[in-house]
Amino acid sequence: MPGAEPLWIDDEAGPLVRPYAMTGGRARPRNGFNVISLVLAMQQAPPLEVGLTPEHLHIVNLCQRPLALAEVSAHLRLPLGTVRVLLDDLLARGLVRVSEPQPPASLPDNHIFEALINGLRKL
Amino acid sequence: MDYENSDGEAGPVLPTAIKVLVAGGFGVGKTTLVGSVSETQPLRTEEVLTERGVGVDDLSGVEGKHTTTVAMDFGRISFGEDLVLYLFGTPGQDRFWFVWDELALGALGAVVLADTRRLADSFPSIDYFERNRVPFIVAVNCFEGARQYSLDDVQLALNLDPEVPVMLCDARDRESSKEVLIALLQHVMRGRGTRRESQPARS
Repeated sequence: MPGAEPLWIDDEAGPLVRPYAMTGGRARPRNGFNVISLVLAMQQAPPLEVGLTPEHLHIVNLCQRPLALAEVSAHLRLPLGTVRVLLDDLLARGLVRVSEPQPPASLPDNHIFEALINGLRKL
Repeated sequence: MDYENSDGEAGPVLPTAIKVLVAGGFGVGKTTLVGSVSETQPLRTEEVLTERGVGVDDLSGVEGKHTTTVAMDFGRISFGEDLVLYLFGTPGQDRFWFVWDELALGALGAVVLADTRRLADSFPSIDYFERNRVPFIVAVNCFEGARQYSLDDVQLALNLDPEVPVMLCDARDRESSKEVLIALLQHVMRGRGTRRESQPARS
């Protein structure tokens, strides 16, 4: 909308104060990561530091190899939305990297399809 | 977004992740098919919905009457270090469209599992994929004791576009489930070719 100043301080802008703890409260994640977005830890889990819960550290430990958001959710037995919120925190601290999947329509050629078909045949 | 993967970014290259959906009516064998081809037992993830179906996340851990938990079973097949295929069973209750939308986002395609004794159970899945232009195939899971119909009959009964492949399968059988996935990939690949050339594919 031309002329309209974006209003930053609203629900979508993210919290000014930490909105939740694992023990209570509710929050919306700022990201809408796909269930197959891959999460990779950028370092070993740090010792417990202010603001990080055991669940945060669990994610860092799990994602020493890349795991999909849904896998993290399954291993932690936490809903997808909760894991998305935890990922926001970890991203803000640079503790993980998250890679969104490439939309299939944008795949440049059939290379991936052929690799999947050949891979399945060899299973 | 600074956390997205890009060519210039330092660190290891993450695998390419591909998602395929396995849909169909309750008890048709979705999780069975996922489990028969996946490298581990199916995993389970869940989404918490409010009554209005909006994706608000209740972190309190309290089972409130205003929230519904929708579970999804999924599996993983790794192909070397750089390619991973994830298979997601869609929630059995078709009313959770919010979750369907989330699952369908970025999905390469879908398998609709059908049971000839309850063909109508596959209508919602077929409608959904047609409406959202998700390429799909129909795999008829052959239950013991079910009368065998010809694939043409199934195609007709489901009112499918003639381009949509229909095949028989046994979701318990690894080889059969592999064939289903391969058929889906081939179908999607054919569709890509057609769209690109902007003309009907010749066979």
